[in-house]
Amino acid sequence: MHADQHDQHDHHGDEEIHVTTSGYVTGFILAVILTVIPFGLVMGNVIENRFTAVMVLGLFAVVQVVVHMYFFLHMNGKMQGGWTMMSTIFAVIFVAITLAGTLWVMFHMNTNMMPEHKEIPALTQPAAPAPVAAPAVEAAAPAAVQEQAAPAAQAEHSGHGK
Amino acid sequence: MSEPTTMPHDPLLGRITWDSIPMVHEPIVLWTFIAVVLGGLVMFAALTKFKLWGPLWRDWICSIDHKKIGIMYIILGIVMLLRGFADAVMMRIQQAMAFGDNLGYLPPHHYDQIFTAHGVIMIFFVAMPLVTGFMNYLIPLQIGARDVSFPFLNNFSFWMTATGAILVMVSLFLGEFSTSGWLALSNLGNQNPGVGLDYYIWALQLSGVGTTLSGINLIVTIIKMRAPGMNLMKMPVFVWTSLCTNALIVASFPILTAALGLMTMDRYFGTQFFTNELGGNPMLYVNLIWIWGHPEVYILVLPAFGIFSEIVATFSKKRLFGYTSMVYATVCITVLSWLVWLHHFFTMGSGAAVNTFFGITTMIISIPTGAKIFNWLFTMYKGRIEFKPPMLWTIGFMCTFAIGGMTGVLLAVPPADFVLHNSLFLIAHFHNVIIGGVVFGLLAGINYWFPKAFGYRLNEFWGKVSFWCWLVGFWVAFTPLYILGLMGVTRRVNHFEDQSLQIFFVIAAVGVAIIAAGIGAFLLQLVVSYFQRDKLRDNNGDTWGSGRTLEWATSSPPPVYNFAKTPVVHDVDAWWDMKKHGYQRPLSGFEDLHMPKNTGAGFVISMIAMVLGFALIWHVWWLAALSFAGVIIASIVHTFNYNRDYYIPAAEVVATEEARTQQLARHV
Amino acid sequence: MSNQTISASAAGAVGQREYHPAHEPHPENGTSLGFWLYLMSDCLIFAALFATWGVLGRSYAGGPTGAELFDLKLVALNTAFLLISSITFGFALIQKQKGNLNGTLKWLAVTGLFGLAFLAVELYEFYHLIHEGLTPQSSAFGSAFFTLVGTHGLHVTFGLIWLVVLMIQLNKHGLTRENNRRVMCLSMFWHFLDVVWIGVFTFVYLMGVL
Repeated sequence: MHADQHDQHDHHGDEEIHVTTSGYVTGFILAVILTVIPFGLVMGNVIENRFTAVMVLGLFAVVQVVVHMYFFLHMNGKMQGGWTMMSTIFAVIFVAITLAGTLWVMFHMNTNMMPEHKEIPALTQPAAPAPVAAPAVEAAAPAAVQEQAAPAAQAEHSGHGK
Repeated sequence: MSEPTTMPHDPLLGRITWDSIPMVHEPIVLWTFIAVVLGGLVMFAALTKFKLWGPLWRDWICSIDHKKIGIMYIILGIVMLLRGFADAVMMRIQQAMAFGDNLGYLPPHHYDQIFTAHGVIMIFFVAMPLVTGFMNYLIPLQIGARDVSFPFLNNFSFWMTATGAILVMVSLFLGEFSTSGWLALSNLGNQNPGVGLDYYIWALQLSGVGTTLSGINLIVTIIKMRAPGMNLMKMPVFVWTSLCTNALIVASFPILTAALGLMTMDRYFGTQFFTNELGGNPMLYVNLIWIWGHPEVYILVLPAFGIFSEIVATFSKKRLFGYTSMVYATVCITVLSWLVWLHHFFTMGSGAAVNTFFGITTMIISIPTGAKIFNWLFTMYKGRIEFKPPMLWTIGFMCTFAIGGMTGVLLAVPPADFVLHNSLFLIAHFHNVIIGGVVFGLLAGINYWFPKAFGYRLNEFWGKVSFWCWLVGFWVAFTPLYILGLMGVTRRVNHFEDQSLQIFFVIAAVGVAIIAAGIGAFLLQLVVSYFQRDKLRDNNGDTWGSGRTLEWATSSPPPVYNFAKTPVVHDVDAWWDMKKHGYQRPLSGFEDLHMPKNTGAGFVISMIAMVLGFALIWHVWWLAALSFAGVIIASIVHTFNYNRDYYIPAAEVVATEEARTQQLARHV
Repeated sequence: MSNQTISASAAGAVGQREYHPAHEPHPENGTSLGFWLYLMSDCLIFAALFATWGVLGRSYAGGPTGAELFDLKLVALNTAFLLISSITFGFALIQKQKGNLNGTLKWLAVTGLFGLAFLAVELYEFYHLIHEGLTPQSSAFGSAFFTLVGTHGLHVTFGLIWLVVLMIQLNKHGLTRENNRRVMCLSMFWHFLDVVWIGVFTFVYLMGVL
């Protein structure tokens, strides 16, 4: 940070980004369109399939983020000698790993360790995943298997004496 | 869970009561307190007698000079090392004696605080400050700059780190510390309403602010302030490893902030993030904290790798082998360190697919590190090696760290980890790599750059004693732990029933005693060297004679402006290149030098922030609100200060350089 | 041994190689890049909060859900306020580019008002949700919602405080180089908050209703 009287020295690094009214207005209009459509799709219940809806909404979000980056934040590959772009790419990669990794890991952990938990979040399905179906599968098992299972279960119980 | 109702709450004092003072009923704490008070009084008296308060405030506390800030970081780290090591000694003694009927002298509640404090202090208040201190001191010098990009922020970052350390120390005498381990895994203590976990949270959040800002500062410095001609592939390897380290800091510390923040919400506002009811999921905390936790250990070790690269080249009198592959290996490690975190909780049920993925990535990340080791070895090959203490530490590192790394690859195999997770094998592994890698690197660096910072070399004899005690002591202390771990002994246990294990713990205690001798020798080295400083004086600046990087071009210690004239760089190992071409110091043509001004604002804001942390810990809400407002207001007031720099007149530069010319002439 | 012989010969130049520039270079100012890096770190805080939302966002604990309670018309209004405030900040930058201090201050003030409107609507929404039984304590869904959206709101609040302070400083010192840098930093901050809001309305509100 330099005092005012040394203005004449400090040219470098203060890239004067040239801003235009047309740039902002274009960005604004694009952003409005990219906002109205997703809101419309959801409020009007337009897309039946939840997975498709999630993908479409995600796509609109990503495009609008790029619009903001370009028209409002004036981002390009030359800003700050390319370091703005480089650090953004790094950040995006780490954000993606954090999000994808957390969701993947937690989903697997929840599935394995909390089978009764009905509110396991999933992007692809609503609530009520596979584990709840397990008792139904058991119930549908052929009678023979159940007959075999019963004496074994009885023997186990007597063995433990519980 | 709502706010803790078990502790009394007073509107004025929050939950502070007479019972909060543990020394009333714990003799160990009482004696520690007495020692601290006495030591503090001695220091106070000395500062007053020698009229040092003024210089202390003006030249150190308010200093924005990266060299002074670097030194302060390192002093903080060494002081906290003594506290953290004391915790280690206490644990070793307890575990060596507590078998069967003998319960030892540390009941579980106290023991839990000790292992927690040991981990927290060693990672956050020893390793991080030491690493940050080195980066702060060296980066501007190695890139030919006068200071960092944001000098005020640098000062502020240091004081925020210091406030965290102070809070941890205060917990000794008021209240208690956390018992939940160094990561406060939520299933171990989120529900614990005591102040211990709150001390932990606020100490880490405050120092975390300092660390993150410092990360941003050093990245911008490396990008923007390199001397003319120093493009990226001509930077010293230490600067490369620092760049990658700080990128990791800026990317990963926010995750720690968020995870601790969410835990704070649970504790203060009764939210359901990591609870066991109403939808909470404690494993989410484990997941988030390790997303931070793994990059953190690379943040610690990459600068050490950089230090070793510098030392190996200097003491083999050879250019570092494979510069390009070193850089690529460092960048690979940086990116890969984000893809391995689950290996810290293989056993928590994520299943075969997830475990396999992370097991493979963990094994892959050992490859670039292996490449680095080969590069160091090839640098030594056919070099004219001088076995000065820094080189001894380096060779000790290569042997020790390589083995520790291998045990890491072993643990990377999920089925093996199912047996060894949270056993003493794991403890031995991470101490192997942290001590063998980070601590050895820092001690090597201290021996290597101390002369540059203070103008005189360190006593070599005590340096070598310290090295050998550390090396032998480490292996004696931790080999038994490897064996115990393979036999199934768990970590964080203060008492055992199986008497046959005792011999291993006794050997480990002997090892710790040897390490203690190593630390004692190090402290002795500092003291003896001070008294011998005239004999050990570095009159030249190029202390070791074979310096290769720009810091060795300056005097020892460097002037406040580092370089009277900014150097132009033509090659890697810029100073070596200058020497090879018969470079001569400029004696005229100096200009006014643009320098940043000292300020007390960083210290003031940090101290108010410390009061805020303290108030939040003890639920003194009025004080918390007041100090929060204070931090905001003090920061805003600081932004109204537009007068942050000054010029060193050319005449002063001439005088300083002339004095150095005389010094060089006297000691040709 | 080093070759530091003392001589009065030409300072630093040896053969073809110049080891010092003719005049002291001034290092490039790092404020913009440094602030951008801070924004990247802020991105990662939000990443952790979004990840938390992703994991806990359906943990209703038998309580009210997003589909039941989210008022998308109100969210649309809020989104409009924030988007408009982005373009008004852009107009402020155009005035600054022309060197027009009063024009800059005017558009900054308008931006601040829209920001304030955004916060007011958000606080009203929070009040309404709490009234309907969704609190930060009532379920993990509630905790995740209020923390993620609330953290964004806190950022907007700090942005507004900064805006006011900056307007005072602009009034005091005018469009100096230093103040220019600060306006650019606030501009980056403000647009960054709008970018995060895109994530919020998409992943929290729109997907929360599905």
